[in-house]
Amino acid sequence: MRSRSRTRITRTRWVRNACVGGGPCSPAPFELAALAPLPCCRRYIYSTQGTVQYVRPQAAAHTFFVHHRALLVERGCSVARKASTLNKGYWPFLVPGLILFIFIIILPLLMNIGISFTNWNGIRNPKFIGFENYIRLFQDKAFWASFRNNLAMIVAMTIVPTIVGLFLATFLFDYIARVFKRGKGITSFFRAGFYLPQILPVAIAGVVWGWILQPGTGVLNWLLDGLAKATNTTSLAHNWLGDASTALGTVMVIMIWFQIGYPLVIFMAGLQRVDPELLEAASIDGATWLQRFYYITIRIIQPEIFVVVLTTVIAALKVFGPIFVLTRGGPGNATLVPSYFAYQNFFGGTNRVGYGASIATIMTIIIVILTIVFIKMQSKENI
Amino acid sequence: MNTTRRLSGGVSKYIALALLLLFLAVMLFPFYIVTINSFKEPSEYVAGGPLSLPHGFYVQGIIDFWNRVEFGTKLANSLLISLSVAVLGVALSLLNAFALGIGRVRGRIMMLIFFMIANTLPQESLAYPIYFFAKALNIYDTQFSVILVFAVIQSAFGTYLLSSVFSTLPRDIVEAAYIDGCTKLQLLLRIILPSNLPTLSVLFTFFFIWTWNEFFLPLILLLSNAKQTVPLAIATLQGQYNMDATMSSASALMGILPCIVFFILFQRTLTRGITAGSVK
Repeated sequence: MRSRSRTRITRTRWVRNACVGGGPCSPAPFELAALAPLPCCRRYIYSTQGTVQYVRPQAAAHTFFVHHRALLVERGCSVARKASTLNKGYWPFLVPGLILFIFIIILPLLMNIGISFTNWNGIRNPKFIGFENYIRLFQDKAFWASFRNNLAMIVAMTIVPTIVGLFLATFLFDYIARVFKRGKGITSFFRAGFYLPQILPVAIAGVVWGWILQPGTGVLNWLLDGLAKATNTTSLAHNWLGDASTALGTVMVIMIWFQIGYPLVIFMAGLQRVDPELLEAASIDGATWLQRFYYITIRIIQPEIFVVVLTTVIAALKVFGPIFVLTRGGPGNATLVPSYFAYQNFFGGTNRVGYGASIATIMTIIIVILTIVFIKMQSKENI
Repeated sequence: MNTTRRLSGGVSKYIALALLLLFLAVMLFPFYIVTINSFKEPSEYVAGGPLSLPHGFYVQGIIDFWNRVEFGTKLANSLLISLSVAVLGVALSLLNAFALGIGRVRGRIMMLIFFMIANTLPQESLAYPIYFFAKALNIYDTQFSVILVFAVIQSAFGTYLLSSVFSTLPRDIVEAAYIDGCTKLQLLLRIILPSNLPTLSVLFTFFFIWTWNEFFLPLILLLSNAKQTVPLAIATLQGQYNMDATMSSASALMGILPCIVFFILFQRTLTRGITAGSVK
């Protein structure tokens, strides 16, 4: 209660003060005294021309301010006086966030870079060795294998899902939604269905597939055996993840399965911006479906494509959970990725922390560059 | 002409639909196969193979799995961690974004870019120092360490998103409230917070689910069995015990189920959020 009355006084004083400087003010558009309780409360009453209204605080405050300002400015009163302090004094709100941010993100990040220049097993004192870790890294076959596998992950998590998602989204939006009576419902059913794998923790997705692909009792080999028996051919049953020649391909297929829903959902939202009349006009002018797709649809959802490509490339560079669950980087280095490689060096028993840190630093550099490109492109689009 | 077109459209549209359904069936096959095999007896699996439907509603496999990994504890851990992170993360994002989006703090653009970059950093580049700090501060292997780390990591994204939302708010509202005598804190708690509840709830949902799904840092920070989260428990279980096919399938199902529940609960928020977050 106390704070309310205090606030009211402040406001009245402000109006009065503002009026002192420049000539007489005409009566306010609505009585100040009728304005009660104050805008910081949930609801607030004001009366105009004898009627009392309940208004939401924002709306009421808005009306009040706009009317008064217009009126006061007209009469040469100084409105800007109090507003000048409006943009100051926000620093205290940043303090908790910044302190935590410094201790949990910035400091560890810098420490990691520092560690990457040392030979350290995590226990004894680290020894500074300059760029030795990096030099060794670039000669390390395992590192290049992890890098190559990363490119494979980009194919599996970015390129294939984006292309499939693009066609699927257009097909659902452009065809299914229009030719069926309940097109909207059907498309959202498919959208939810294709999106379902995405809701899983990626490590759990790995567990599910690990179970399906088990060489002895797994479903896939069981199916392949059955198929072979039925058709009288040799079975294609295989230790998909255990064989170096198929492990990477298998992981890629799993990641494609996991990722398809993401671009699909985003593209379908973007497609709502495509004006159907535009497509119709194009088709009347004789454009084929492919031409319409290429010259209209893709151009319009370009921002979405850009977002999907960048976020999934970054995700592909960081992929860890499925590798940990499915193959632990093996067999050999067939499915090794940098994040698992770093993990191995940090915690894998060898305790080559400095070496692991240099891997993590290279990953960071690549990802930060990608992020900066992303920010640049987005801000360009906004202008 | 018109009728033939409509007729051919009539047939081809059902073919298209059938193809789509087939594709969807392939996509959802893992969910189906995990579900049916979780309710089978081991002998049934051996005899009928993975594709046959279960004879009855055999839940012993699930119960055995539940007891063996103390799944109740894992669920409680995951819930505790995800909820705390969501609450703390939203609170931190709100404070940061209030200062950066409403207040025009000096250097705000640089700070926003910083938060944005922090959001995409690979966790590997923080992992060892965080592990080291956690040990030094004696919070290693506690849920608290995970909560703290993820609240900050998530708030990097939240700050970025909320700031851009706040900076589009009509300036008049802020000015009016302020001139009417609101303090900064009242402005935040009584005007900005209530009028942005929908956005905050989207953030909350996202933080909750992202944290639930996290794997790498919990793997490093949570050592003891009693502290682990659901994905961690299920993933590290592989190979630890000799589980039969039906129990493995039950374990997979237990990993999937909570997410399906969240999906059903938050479906609208999620789809709105994914699209809102991608292209602002």
